[in-house]
Amino acid sequence: MDLRFSEAEPSRDERAAVDAVLGPPDSTWVGATERTAGDTRLAHVGRRIRERRDELLPALDAVQSQIGWISEGALMHICRRLAVPPAEAYGVATFYALLSVTEQPPRVLHVCDDVGCRGFGANELIAGIEEQFGPEGTVVDDATWRRSPCIGQCDRAPACYGQIAGRDDTTLVGASVDDAISMLAGTDVPHPPVEIPQRGQAGLRLLRRVGVVDPSDLDAYRADGGYEALRRAVELGPAQIVREIKDANLRGRGGAAFPAGVKWEAVATATRRPKYLICNADESEPGTFKDRVIMEGDPFAIIESMTIAGFATGAEQAYFYIRGEYPLATRRMRHAIDQARRRGFLGGDVMGTGFAFDIDLRRGQGAYICGEETALMNSIEGRRGEPRNKPPFPTDAGLFGQPTVINNVETLINVPAIVAGGGPVYARIGTPDSTGTRLFCLSGAVDRPGVYEVESGTTLRELISLAHDAVDQISAVLLGGAAGAFVTADRLDLPLTFEDARDAGLGLGSGVVMAFGPGADMADAARRIARFFRDESCGQCVPCRVGTVRVEEALDRYLSNGHDPTDRSLIDEIDRVMKDASICGLGHTAGTAIRSALDAGLLGGAR
Amino acid sequence: MTEVTNRTVTIRLDGTDVEVPEGATLLDACRSERIDTPTLCYSDVLHPVNACRVCVVEVEGSRPLVPACSRTVEAGMVVQTDTERVRHSRKMVLEFLGSSVDMSYASADVHGWMDRYQVDSGRYGPPRAPAGDRDERKAHAGHHGQVDGFTAETVAQPEKVDNALYMRDYSRCITCYKCVEACGEDAQNTFALTVAGRGFDAGISTEYDFALGDSACVFCGNCISVCPTGAIMFRSEHELREAGLWEPDEQHVTRTVCSFCGVGCNLDLHVQDNRIVKVTSPQDHDVTRGHLCIKGRFGYDYVQQLPDPLTSPIDEVLAAARESG
Repeated sequence: MDLRFSEAEPSRDERAAVDAVLGPPDSTWVGATERTAGDTRLAHVGRRIRERRDELLPALDAVQSQIGWISEGALMHICRRLAVPPAEAYGVATFYALLSVTEQPPRVLHVCDDVGCRGFGANELIAGIEEQFGPEGTVVDDATWRRSPCIGQCDRAPACYGQIAGRDDTTLVGASVDDAISMLAGTDVPHPPVEIPQRGQAGLRLLRRVGVVDPSDLDAYRADGGYEALRRAVELGPAQIVREIKDANLRGRGGAAFPAGVKWEAVATATRRPKYLICNADESEPGTFKDRVIMEGDPFAIIESMTIAGFATGAEQAYFYIRGEYPLATRRMRHAIDQARRRGFLGGDVMGTGFAFDIDLRRGQGAYICGEETALMNSIEGRRGEPRNKPPFPTDAGLFGQPTVINNVETLINVPAIVAGGGPVYARIGTPDSTGTRLFCLSGAVDRPGVYEVESGTTLRELISLAHDAVDQISAVLLGGAAGAFVTADRLDLPLTFEDARDAGLGLGSGVVMAFGPGADMADAARRIARFFRDESCGQCVPCRVGTVRVEEALDRYLSNGHDPTDRSLIDEIDRVMKDASICGLGHTAGTAIRSALDAGLLGGAR
Repeated sequence: MTEVTNRTVTIRLDGTDVEVPEGATLLDACRSERIDTPTLCYSDVLHPVNACRVCVVEVEGSRPLVPACSRTVEAGMVVQTDTERVRHSRKMVLEFLGSSVDMSYASADVHGWMDRYQVDSGRYGPPRAPAGDRDERKAHAGHHGQVDGFTAETVAQPEKVDNALYMRDYSRCITCYKCVEACGEDAQNTFALTVAGRGFDAGISTEYDFALGDSACVFCGNCISVCPTGAIMFRSEHELREAGLWEPDEQHVTRTVCSFCGVGCNLDLHVQDNRIVKVTSPQDHDVTRGHLCIKGRFGYDYVQQLPDPLTSPIDEVLAAARESG
């Protein structure tokens, strides 16, 4: 490999930010400023350095977080430190929306204008910011603002995410124009606490501790039954745990509904080592915020669940990949991981059992596609977050090419109850094909938005009535997120199970239930979804890269040109090729919601 | 780049049982059965990235279509290469490219496939260049300009001419990743090129859009030899094309062995009007697999500066030879 660096030097602060993550450089070959006698005889580059490639994204994040953008000098320093070709590092940095390779002010306010916020206060908020601060992208006194896709605060719309160089990032919820302006002016706005409508209710399984047990206190977690399941797991042994998970028929809650036990078994029986475990906390599906609530409200439960998964599958190293726009959840998870490590619940000898297991937290940098499992793995590896072609599947060749279990946060937190009570007992909850309880994210035109936990099989109407008094005033629901579908009021009796949804040609996706009233501008929502997929397509395969553009154009034409049936059928044709020929689930589902809105007559024109 | 063993498996391909070597791809199987399968991002000398999706086929048991170029055969696979779904996907992929990229320099094969699948790129509306500078836009992932449904956005952008040997015209780029692979681990190990940006705004780039001379580029020209659409091209070819003088049918190709070192790379000298206008290497050559270095690729000028040894005084021949080094 020929590495060629430009002569641009990092500033002192940039160097310090990088070295704080990577450790001090040990020779001038990798960016040290003082040459030692040894440097003249030995070049410290090669495999030992290149094996640190997965530290590329954390290093870029460090510069972005401390300095506010990634200059040429900073990028070159990172590349020297990690022996990464500058072009590749540039390709990685430009992949992510939260990383900037052009100079930008230290305070950037990302104002959500996605489907969950725009009809529910964001349009007014943006109009106010435009009037009082200036149009999108204006720079005033070290601050700017821009529109953002969903940031997972849909229960408290409108919401903003504040990216602030040198300080903790923050979130604004139920944001007023004054809040936004004062954040742009550099005033600290306190982070809102986690809230759930069902707080403390009897019968909750997954949300039991949220808002009740102190999420920063390991002892409080243990006093509430925490780590009993891990003890039980050690008694059962790996093979029996996998059997319990299979007996429980636990299915993935991230959208694909794949049986978790099948993944676990494949990795547990794989002979190649090392094996890895990944917890996918890159929750980015518009309308989804359930994993955030768990991370903010019950972080130790996630850690215990991951530890059990690692024990069962033989993975000693785990990665917790969390979306970048979740500052509070990131802090809580980091704190909880540190606490658990300090107290011997993570590390070389977990709870004195001789089992080694540790968790490395990795932050995403603003890319919906990184929620796709193989894109997430590429992202951890320090590459562009482009999905891989499957097969091979992650259980066979996943992270760093090794056998890997990857589960979503909600899927994993079902594990302690399954281990403690047994799989067959768990399987009695819900329906045979959709066992357990599920978390749903209610937002939009409902009285009490938030995360709700209900038994699988509850109907959509029953679920919405928990959050809203006048269910008959709801005219449409976006079910499953932007990758899901719009359903009209006549379909509210759908039981919320994988099988009923599938039979109805729908999917529960990530549990999004976003309600719209009769006055809602559905055409505007559909346009936003088309825009979302175009912005979030990774650009790797032609059907999705160009198809998402052509859908947005055809929809614009359809809506502004008298609902021409030619445009309607063109949208159907584009959706077909995206479904048939795209590499990953993003392309497969990018046209689904728009087609469902057309089919349901929500956008006018013939059905 | 497929590992092929001497064992075979049987698959059902378009209704016929065929025996294929274990480890072969569906594309290999199609080729051995003479089923013409369109490909764009595939090359015999690079690892398949399966990004263009024009080679997709239908495999029983798989909901989405699968890329023939990279899926290895499994015993008992039932494969259809010419169903309505396959034809539709291939047509749409070619239409998407035809409506967003200047495909005029793509091979006759590509144009043949466009005819076969009845590609109508015009139905997406008249072409429109993207709002703003595309290099700028690569640096702002996740945001795009206002959509205009009455035009079809394209990747149109100005040509890049920043050195004596290559020119780059990314209006012709289908982002097939071949140049990135040839520059990187599949051939040259130089890593001067990357895909930067995301989605429709993604494109081939150096770091911070440096001119090639300021990047890690070593001017081996291997990116040019794998480019299927002429997005990166020899200056010699580009200038002849601009002047309307590029006549591939008039060109004579002479195979020779590179004289610069002892490796023994085969060179194909493309000669038009008794001038070398381009140098390539055969892809099936064991040594090069189609790849060359800067000397083999561009170090031909001395040949043309020599006076004709049969008709010139010997002093002149020797003087010219000394001068050209």
